[in-house]
Amino acid sequence: MPVVQVEDVHKRFGAVEVLKGIDLTVERGEVIAIIGRSGSGKSTLLRCINGLEQIQSGRIEVSGHVIDASGKGLRDLRKDVGIVFQSYNLFPHLRVGENIMLAPRVVLGVSKAEALSRARETLAEVGLAERFDAWPDNLSGGQQQRVAIARSLAMRPKVMLFDEVTSALDPELTGEVLATMERLAEHGMTMLLVTHEMAFARRVATTTVFMHQGRVWEMGPSERIFGSPQTPELRQFLGSGLK
Amino acid sequence: MGFQFQFQPVLARTDVLLDGLWLTLQLSGIGILFGALLGILLAMLRGLAGRPVRLLVDSYVEVVRNTPFLVQLLIIFFGVPTLGIRLSAEQAALSAIVLNLGAYATEIVRAGIESVHKSQIEAGLSLAMTRWQVFRHVVLAPALARVWPALSSQFVLMMLSTSVCSFISVQELSAQAANIESDTFRSFEVYILVTLIYLALAILLRLLLAGLGAVLFPTGSGLGRLRGQTGR
Amino acid sequence: MIRQFTESEFLFILASARWTLLLTVMAMLLGGLLGFLVALARTSHLAPLRVLAAGWIGLIQGVPVLMLLFLSYYGLSLAGFDLPPLIAATVSMALYASGYLGEIWRGSIQAVPWQQWEASSALAFSRPQQYRYIILPQAVRIAIPPTVGFLVQLVKNTSIVSIIGVVELARAGNLVNNATFQPFKVFGTVAAIYFIICWPISLLARRLEGRLHARRAG
Ligand SMILES: Nc1ncnc2c1ncn2[C@@H]1O[C@H](COP(=O)(O)OP(=O)(O)O)[C@@H](O)[C@H]1O
Ligand SMILES: [Mg+2]
Repeated sequence: MPVVQVEDVHKRFGAVEVLKGIDLTVERGEVIAIIGRSGSGKSTLLRCINGLEQIQSGRIEVSGHVIDASGKGLRDLRKDVGIVFQSYNLFPHLRVGENIMLAPRVVLGVSKAEALSRARETLAEVGLAERFDAWPDNLSGGQQQRVAIARSLAMRPKVMLFDEVTSALDPELTGEVLATMERLAEHGMTMLLVTHEMAFARRVATTTVFMHQGRVWEMGPSERIFGSPQTPELRQFLGSGLK
Repeated sequence: MGFQFQFQPVLARTDVLLDGLWLTLQLSGIGILFGALLGILLAMLRGLAGRPVRLLVDSYVEVVRNTPFLVQLLIIFFGVPTLGIRLSAEQAALSAIVLNLGAYATEIVRAGIESVHKSQIEAGLSLAMTRWQVFRHVVLAPALARVWPALSSQFVLMMLSTSVCSFISVQELSAQAANIESDTFRSFEVYILVTLIYLALAILLRLLLAGLGAVLFPTGSGLGRLRGQTGR
Repeated sequence: MIRQFTESEFLFILASARWTLLLTVMAMLLGGLLGFLVALARTSHLAPLRVLAAGWIGLIQGVPVLMLLFLSYYGLSLAGFDLPPLIAATVSMALYASGYLGEIWRGSIQAVPWQQWEASSALAFSRPQQYRYIILPQAVRIAIPPTVGFLVQLVKNTSIVSIIGVVELARAGNLVNNATFQPFKVFGTVAAIYFIICWPISLLARRLEGRLHARRAG
């Protein structure tokens, strides 16, 4: 059974239709990259899958939770879907460890000991075990982004969504975040990631989706998408210096 | 309980309320005009003059801002006549209003002036403008544009504070309310009505000041863009 | 009979400051509680609550504190409560504080970046949980300097309750002045006591403000 199933999803902002009937399936352990021009609806799609945006029609199912236009049951859904944004949005009034422990404690109601062990485990996973007591403001952008990833992981999500998580980072900090994501993929995490790092997508993603004008324009194994693009739009996108 | 609202006895005294309203408008209007001028003047003086003057202005501002308007009013009303200067209650009230608002306005305009960059002043001087021209066009106008909303709020607060002048029997709106109350015993009705009048005055004054701001610092001009921006 | 302004008059005035302070503290607590509800309503996602709170703030900020005092004083007695003036004074000052604190705290809540709402939504926080754990802790830091600043306004405005017979600082000054006819000495003393209470609070507020801006810039 797929972890994420998106069926004919339509999303409008006012009169503007941003998603025009999206179908997408993510199997367990699969890593899917989403590429496409700015404004093609990539972020909106991820936000819909996390329930941050309400859809007008269609159906999204994530590990048994169904969202439709009624917008019910979003909180339960979000417990199973982690999302990391371009801006890290750590909670500045909490130390790194507390940032990670808060949601499991408050939202899932796990014990303090359990939250603590999750925090240590996920921090180790992103390579920041020693920064447990640091304040977010004292970390580099790359480190903050890795803490944001750990914060999501501590909820034990069934799928992780990444929305251009390296776009705000200096090039030398991008690598450490990408390495963290690659390790997650190797450990079997189901991932859906929007990225401009084409080499990374090609290497790590099993499948790549090219979005264009609110539609899934072309989709297939990453090797084929990057190696032999079928549509002129994708060819142009890949050829135009990518960004 | 069994209380019944009776507005008729109060409404029968509309003429008295209008007298009070007129005096409130006068106190507010004249007080705001001269209070604002005093504030601008002192803020300028503070920027141009030396340390002793600055210290003096700052002390005035701090003393006024950290003591109640009522006490300032009482000092002037009771104190000044002991110096041999005859002062009507209205004159005492107006002096207290101007001195009080002047201090707040000084502080607000000062903050506006300090938000103007030094480089702007240098640019003005390098264009062979006189010091006064630089001050007027490069410093004061943008400073006022910036702090106009803060000044406006202070003006509204001052208008509302004129009600305190009833303490020294100035027959403005709230004093007339007390008069009607003691004649009719419809205290709650009187004060509800007068409260609503003040509310209407506050809303009108805000609109008026917003309009004035739009005229003085028109949108589309550089000043309009500054309006309401804090200088940080 | 004209009395002199002696130590005993001075001590009478000084002692009356306790009512000024008590009134301030009670108004701050009660008004703070009400103001907190106003701020929550003002930032609610329910439009009627927002409108109601905005109306309350507009009303309180659009009428003289003196009118709030009279309305509380006569309103409470009409409602059948035969209460000491101090109660009406406290109620009116609390109403006054609620309108200003509500607005200050609304601003503080809205000054927390919206991404903090989004990030916590994404982690499945409920709205009360977001307020409790994410938004309010950050809003409090932003709110402290202006809240301390407002305290000065509150102290000063308690002076008007002298008109309903509460013998706080201003009223004590009036009584002594009526007996001594030494207005400069008497009201100078009263003003000095207010100043000694208010000035340190003003300085503190300014200091806290500076620190907050320094931290945000750095
Ligand atoms: N909250 C919003 N309100 C209105 N329009 C929006 C909103 N969010 C996104 N859009 C519009 O939806 C389109 C797709 O945006 P987005 O999903 O962010 O694209 P991408 O992530 O591919 O760059 C854009 O045209 C954008 O302007
Ligand atoms: Mg995007």
